[in-house]
Amino acid sequence: MVTVLTDTDTDTDTDADADRARRVAEQVPDPELPMLTLADLGVLREVTMTPEGTVVADLTPTYSGCPAMSEMRAEVAARLKDAGYRRVEVRTVLDPPWTTDWITPEGRRKLAEHGIAPPGPAPRPAPGPVPLVLSATRQVVPCPRCGATDTEETSRFGATSCKALWRCRACREPFEYVKEI
Amino acid sequence: MSDDHVYLSLAEGHDDSDARWAFGTGFEDPLYGVSTAVPENVDRAELAACCLALADDALVTAQRLAEWTTRAPELEEEVALANIGLDLLGQARLLYARCGQVDGTAGGEDAYAYFRDADDFRNVRLAELPNGDFAFSMARLLVFSSWRLAHFEALAGSADPVLAAIAAKGVKELTYHRQYAAEWVVRLGDGTEESHRRMQAAIDQVAPHLGELFAAHEARTEVLAVLRQVTEAAGLSLPDAPPSAAGSGREGDHTEHLAPLLAELQSVARAHPEATW
Repeated sequence: MVTVLTDTDTDTDTDADADRARRVAEQVPDPELPMLTLADLGVLREVTMTPEGTVVADLTPTYSGCPAMSEMRAEVAARLKDAGYRRVEVRTVLDPPWTTDWITPEGRRKLAEHGIAPPGPAPRPAPGPVPLVLSATRQVVPCPRCGATDTEETSRFGATSCKALWRCRACREPFEYVKEI
Repeated sequence: MSDDHVYLSLAEGHDDSDARWAFGTGFEDPLYGVSTAVPENVDRAELAACCLALADDALVTAQRLAEWTTRAPELEEEVALANIGLDLLGQARLLYARCGQVDGTAGGEDAYAYFRDADDFRNVRLAELPNGDFAFSMARLLVFSSWRLAHFEALAGSADPVLAAIAAKGVKELTYHRQYAAEWVVRLGDGTEESHRRMQAAIDQVAPHLGELFAAHEARTEVLAVLRQVTEAAGLSLPDAPPSAAGSGREGDHTEHLAPLLAELQSVARAHPEATW
């Protein structure tokens, strides 16, 4: 339970305060990709203020088993509390499911700057059964260090659910890649 | 929390939270903030039973996948299998939480995962079979994820919005689980004489369990289409009419392999029922 009800003297019942609360929540870093904020990652969906003055922040988990979800919720609640909001509720929103398409351009720039290749466009769901592709698909993931396109996947799974392991044949450096989902 | 000290700051914790980074007991409700309402046109008992069975499938499969850690042929495969298991564990947590909201017991995920005996589990038998050969684990994962994917695609249109959302998310994850397993089945089937022999044995071993899966959720068309595609590409043969095994885990009728799996999974929680970790 992460609902935080604390008492301070700050009165926060205005639209300007809702905007300020949003800006506070937007700055919370992602625990697994700390160069990104939850807003950059697209996990923070909405921050609103109820007529009673409760700040409601909506988070959508990246993966079903994301172990950082409770940490994210706690950090958003703690930051808002530190900013003086008396009543804060951090909710989980499951629908629609998170997609890497929600990572902002700023988020993509920061990923690349930190040596992590940003995701391409997520596959579009087509009607009918999801096809299984067995033929070799040559995906081009440019090296985030040298920009070369002569790269290859070494493992589709990495240290976190969202990343794959790749290496660059040009500069010989390994790098991580955020898989589109 | 700065970039440099992110892990230190995580360890510090928060006054008002018990946020932790491992899976043990006593975690917060993974559905916190999601409406607990059940639409009037949804049968609560049916919905609870559906969530419980799908959660049990995921939990037991996740436990078997986790058993590969430190035992897989390569480090990358351990990481892959642990990742896939983590996705399924996450699906299990959400489904148990929904089940607890719907079945009237208000049971939390721990009550379902740690304090039920084998007879009360509703997972399909295929999930509980020992890992055996790596080839068998890949054949099972291919069948399981293909079947679950078809089931979740159908459930994404469920009248229950929570189950529909869990399923829609799961579809994305199961798609790459299936892809991973399919590639291994092709690699081993179309590999050396030895790998081909063992992959064929694994397919033959998994095939008799298809009947139980289809009885639980009819997805014959989708699953057989995938199996035909993969076995053809791998140079393997798919048994024509796999005989159905008698009995089903969906009725609590399990093999002798489930109880030892649960004994290990539940041992710490049962030895220290008030503890959280």
